[in-house]
Amino acid sequence: MAFASKSPWVIHYDGSSCNGCDIEVLATLCPGYDAERFGVINTGNPKHADIFLVTGSVNEQNIKVIQEIYNQMLEPKVVVACGICACTGGIFHDCYNVIGGVDKAIPVDVYAPGCAVRPETLIDAVVAGIAALDEKSKTMKNTKKRGEE
Amino acid sequence: MNSMSKKTIIPFGPQHPVLPEPVHLDLVCEDETVIEAIPQIGFVHRGLEKLVETRDFNQFIYVAERICGICAFGHSYGYATCIEKLMNIEIPQRAEYLRVIWHELSRVHSHILWLGLAADAFGFESLFMHCWRLRERVLDIFEKTTGGRVIFSVVKVGGVTRDISDEHLAEIKSTLQGISADYAQIMNTFLMDASVKNRTVGVGYISKADALDLSMVGPFVRASNVDFDVRMFGNGAYGDLSDFQPITSTDGDCYGRCVVRAKEVLQSIDIINEMIDKIPAGDIDVPVKGAPAEGAEAIAHLEQPRGECFYYAKGNGTKNLERMRMRTPTSVNLGGMTKALQGCDLADVNMIILTIDPCISCTER
Repeated sequence: MAFASKSPWVIHYDGSSCNGCDIEVLATLCPGYDAERFGVINTGNPKHADIFLVTGSVNEQNIKVIQEIYNQMLEPKVVVACGICACTGGIFHDCYNVIGGVDKAIPVDVYAPGCAVRPETLIDAVVAGIAALDEKSKTMKNTKKRGEE
Repeated sequence: MNSMSKKTIIPFGPQHPVLPEPVHLDLVCEDETVIEAIPQIGFVHRGLEKLVETRDFNQFIYVAERICGICAFGHSYGYATCIEKLMNIEIPQRAEYLRVIWHELSRVHSHILWLGLAADAFGFESLFMHCWRLRERVLDIFEKTTGGRVIFSVVKVGGVTRDISDEHLAEIKSTLQGISADYAQIMNTFLMDASVKNRTVGVGYISKADALDLSMVGPFVRASNVDFDVRMFGNGAYGDLSDFQPITSTDGDCYGRCVVRAKEVLQSIDIINEMIDKIPAGDIDVPVKGAPAEGAEAIAHLEQPRGECFYYAKGNGTKNLERMRMRTPTSVNLGGMTKALQGCDLADVNMIILTIDPCISCTER
């Protein structure tokens, strides 16, 4: 992908992850991999975010929190499931308090597998997320490109 | 008038910019002062202790490692030690040394990670980035020696699965030397900068008596001048250290906790260097046969980056354990945290929460 239509701001929420994927999400944004040079900025405010990075699986207690953050995000929005627990439940899939992957709570656009997910995978996933974001904005009503009034 | 003053309850979390992990606090405030903090946990609970019923004791080590991604190595180390005691297995000395080297490297990475998060909590963004840049070099060592950055899967019951070659051991030493030089600069900013001191000195004070009462552990309790560190009992290869003194501080406040953690990084680097110098040659694992006997019980404890972690296992004669239980450092430190939050300024709440270095996924499992 040679062209990104916008700088994707991300919001990160830790479902019931073991932290491994969380620190990799942060490490992706920090100098080692430095996704910030592509304009990827971590924000704590769902209303500012384009891409929702969820790590870890869904359980009874956090399902409402995940849905609430998702509902507060403005359209168009993209969800990336980071790590195998967020994709399917992973090694914890048969724990009594694990419902399953993030797609049990909200629609997921990009799945980024790995235990823990590697920063390279995350960058790829966010790039795929930008493409999905562009697709979604095309289907929205009342979207005018800058310059065409 | 005081009894009539109006109380406000401010919800904090589970999703909050300063929290890398979900925990919820109800902050009962009078004006700008927090008079009580009521924690609510359970957002990360998976119920993995029950998995011992469906995974055998060899498979469970991979589950144990995923209790927490920051202390991942420590949990596999503690679990393996516990099972080895349960089954009376003696592991080769070289494996003990390798475990300690990886465990101390994990402490270096965990503490530098924490220093970064603490810098982020008081808004010192560039210091945060510098800490995490430095941490990447420790992760490079992990990647070179184990293949993983976060989860290593190198421990097994009866030893370790990978050896570190002499070449790599020498490389670890030279990398750590490079890290120490850069780390000295970061430590200088962290401990001497006036803007950092403004946010940390005198904030969230816990006295020694309170610290003992609340049975706090780890750097949190050592900052209140209690010299308790499991490493001083000399379990495993720690017994071969020429000298070990727990690092303490008499401050008891957020600044003291920063000092303790900052110095522990240097201490860990010294331990790794000593271990590399002394490491014996030989096998790295012993074959494990059979299963834990029925009714056999064992305990193990080790110093995780966040404090003492306690492991208990009970066998039932089959490959599956009867019971596996852990007591993790943050679950006991939460008591100290709510105590430290009482009477603090609302603006200091994130500083106090960060300086106990909470690890919620350890706590809730």
